[in-house]
Amino acid sequence: MSAIVDGIDSTIGYADDRLSSAGFLKRNLKKVFPDHWSFMLGEIALYSFIILLISGVYLTLFFKPSMTEVVYNGSYTILKGVKMSEAFASTLNISFDVRGGLLMRQIHHWAALFFIASISVHMCRVFFTGAFRKPRELNWVVGTLLLITGILEGFAGYSLPDDLLSGTGLRIAEGIVQATPILGTYVSFLLFGGPFPGNDFIARLYTVHVLLVPGLILALITAHLMMVWYQKHTQFPGPGRTEKNVVGYPLMPVYMAKAGGFFFVVFGITTLLSALVTINPVWMYGPYVPDQVTAGSQPDFYIGWLDGAVRLMPNWEINLWHHYTLSLNIMIPAMIIPGLLFTGIALFPWLESWVTGDKRVHHILDRPRNAPTRTALGVGTIAFYGMLWLSGGNDIIATTFTIPFNTITWVLRFAIFIVPPLAFIVTRRFCVSLQRRDHDKLLHGRETGRILRHPSGEFTEIHASISDAERAVIMSKQDIIPIASPLASDAHGVRNPAGVIGRVRAGLSRFYYGPNIALPTAAELEAAATHLEHEAHSAVPVIEREARLEVTGGGGVLRDPGPDGQSGHNH
Amino acid sequence: MTEHHSTDVDHGHADGLPEHKLRRTDVFPRAEKRAVRQVAAMFGLSAIAGIGTIAAFFAFPADRLITVPALGQMSAQNVVVGGLMGVSILLIGLGAIHWARKLMPDHELVQERHDLDSTYADRKAAIDEFWSGAEASGFINRKIIRRSLLGAMALFPLPIIVLFKDLGPMPGTSLRHTIWKAGEQIVTDPQERPIRPEDIPVGGLVNAMPVSLRKLQDKQGNSNEGVKSVIVLVRMRPDEIVAQQGKNWDYQGIVAYSKVCTHLGCPISLYEHRTHHLLCPCHQSTFDLADAGKVVFGPAARRMPQLPITVDADGYLVAAADFAEPVGPSFWELG
Repeated sequence: MSAIVDGIDSTIGYADDRLSSAGFLKRNLKKVFPDHWSFMLGEIALYSFIILLISGVYLTLFFKPSMTEVVYNGSYTILKGVKMSEAFASTLNISFDVRGGLLMRQIHHWAALFFIASISVHMCRVFFTGAFRKPRELNWVVGTLLLITGILEGFAGYSLPDDLLSGTGLRIAEGIVQATPILGTYVSFLLFGGPFPGNDFIARLYTVHVLLVPGLILALITAHLMMVWYQKHTQFPGPGRTEKNVVGYPLMPVYMAKAGGFFFVVFGITTLLSALVTINPVWMYGPYVPDQVTAGSQPDFYIGWLDGAVRLMPNWEINLWHHYTLSLNIMIPAMIIPGLLFTGIALFPWLESWVTGDKRVHHILDRPRNAPTRTALGVGTIAFYGMLWLSGGNDIIATTFTIPFNTITWVLRFAIFIVPPLAFIVTRRFCVSLQRRDHDKLLHGRETGRILRHPSGEFTEIHASISDAERAVIMSKQDIIPIASPLASDAHGVRNPAGVIGRVRAGLSRFYYGPNIALPTAAELEAAATHLEHEAHSAVPVIEREARLEVTGGGGVLRDPGPDGQSGHNH
Repeated sequence: MTEHHSTDVDHGHADGLPEHKLRRTDVFPRAEKRAVRQVAAMFGLSAIAGIGTIAAFFAFPADRLITVPALGQMSAQNVVVGGLMGVSILLIGLGAIHWARKLMPDHELVQERHDLDSTYADRKAAIDEFWSGAEASGFINRKIIRRSLLGAMALFPLPIIVLFKDLGPMPGTSLRHTIWKAGEQIVTDPQERPIRPEDIPVGGLVNAMPVSLRKLQDKQGNSNEGVKSVIVLVRMRPDEIVAQQGKNWDYQGIVAYSKVCTHLGCPISLYEHRTHHLLCPCHQSTFDLADAGKVVFGPAARRMPQLPITVDADGYLVAAADFAEPVGPSFWELG
């Protein structure tokens, strides 16, 4: 044992002589990370990426990225003798003739789904808690880029096997490229080495999938983690937690064990899922043949909303001077909507701070209720995404529920404009109601469930003050006054050149902070504390009096669930 | 970087960390011992499952199937090797997390955050350094150098972009033509049988292609021509035909339309013979083949191109000409 200890000691010394690393270790081995289940979402994304690298390297050793036509002669008898590309034949080979090959393929596909799903949910967490605010705006942009590159990488990956489903997806992608004004046709011919499908595309896409995009993702993840490390993690509000500190558990040993262990949990679950649940059974779709398509074909889930947008769009096409065609039916859903959505997401930290005028540094997370407009915008965007996603499955909905797809499409064409604003309004009201409840709790305490009957016959419920922990969480709310509108003109009647933009900004700011329920003032809090104390005092003698007064019916405790107040009430 | 334990922290309105609660494993030696045994058992089982994985890899050939309850027939390799490997990996993780939760110290620590912004002096020094360097380089004063450099830099990516030119040929007119031409025989797809008009009943649909397609595709080694030239033949009663794209482009009520969706190029295969509607399974564009292939629903903007057909001397269906309009998705130069 002491040999190992000596070895580690001298390794740290050896590294320190050359890299001056002991100072770094001293500072960081006990680096504190705050604990919350939602902080694991980003971890899932990171671990899925590592799993993707491991399983991906394995797959490259067996996959042949070639469109050369071969006759299949492997052990999947149904396709024996069928002509197909080498890419598809080698995918079948991996699935049926390489031991463990199918497992690795399925691990790769499941991990890709987890990667994008966990990025999306992680992003929601960061958004709804305001973790993107200063100083983390740049990392939010890196995260947005990771989502975009993740979607591209996923699409490239499932297009590689050259099966009927992915070939159809590529044909659609090619149509979208072709619809780009001015450059589209040329870009499409360059990408595919001529008309679709050509002979080159799978090999080119392979380089993009195994080198270009993963390299980009790796660089972005590195930047992402370095920023998290250097800026330190945000934390939820709570007792003892301030903007100036980090409260949590040390890297060594707790986080080493928890985060390291969690990697194995993610890997283990992905492997078990891949062992038991088939994903992307390309052998059932068959090789890509350009004149065939399967009805009810569905892309991976993260492409669904784009496909849905394309399905929903009315067939607008503009002919320009009889020479050019502007395919709005493709450009709007496949380029403009995702472009605006991702740009809006990436720029949101700056848009918000422009509207709110909040340029402060934030390390304590917002509770979603305390930023009602932001939370409502997020839910509205999710609703918008959800409508597109439903539209992507309109044929499945049609066949499952035997509703004409025309009806579904028309309903969704209206719903896309109605449901997100409704979601916005409902969410905002919901947040304000929660704020109101917090306000009540501060001023009137929590309901104990103990009902008093007074000698006068009046019934009241006894309230007790909330715990310090809960008070700290509620009091973390920061009230901000909306930006004031600038004067339209000065005392001499000279028009303020910044007046219009300033008024717009002030209007947006009022809209953003409009439905705020301000925290009680210090005086109000003090009065409430005195009142609650008084109530607590007055309640005790009443309970004690109960036995004496019971017979006379002169008032007393009607229902007393005990001192903890645990009677199925809220607390 | 300072550390406190829970008792000596007092910041702002929050009054210190919540009281630390002891775990069962902190209080009862038996609970502690049990946790130790549990963690060690998980690591031990993981090792056993790992060895089992290796054994299963060699025990099951790639094509062995087994029946899994509720899941049906599955590859034995995949289920057994994957299952054991998954368990083996998962147990390492669960063991480590259990260890951390039950046995490692669970005192919350407090660390100070450092301000991210530097001191004013440092920031000003950095700005000054930048400008003094820029000044020293002459980039600001030597306008001619600056402008010529900016010009060169602006041009620098262009040659590299041009080098990508040979990735593919230019489109030319290739999107406007197919291999259909007058007299090109129409054969069934994929059986390649020539078709007589009487082979197609009223209401029937036949997938078809040009007779020369297969040979050409084998020669070219790709399916570029097939993507454009596949068609469907549909027969309706002549009085059901409302309109066509050209006069007498049908043959005795048999009309031929491109099979390639004008929206994003999916091959269309769903035909409803009562309404004569052709439905694209990708994005649900719907075309009326009785009415010149016009769009009746969905995101497609252009009607389905019609192929004029007739019969040859032997009575087999042939094309009378190529399509008059480009088939497949729209493109910028379409006009």
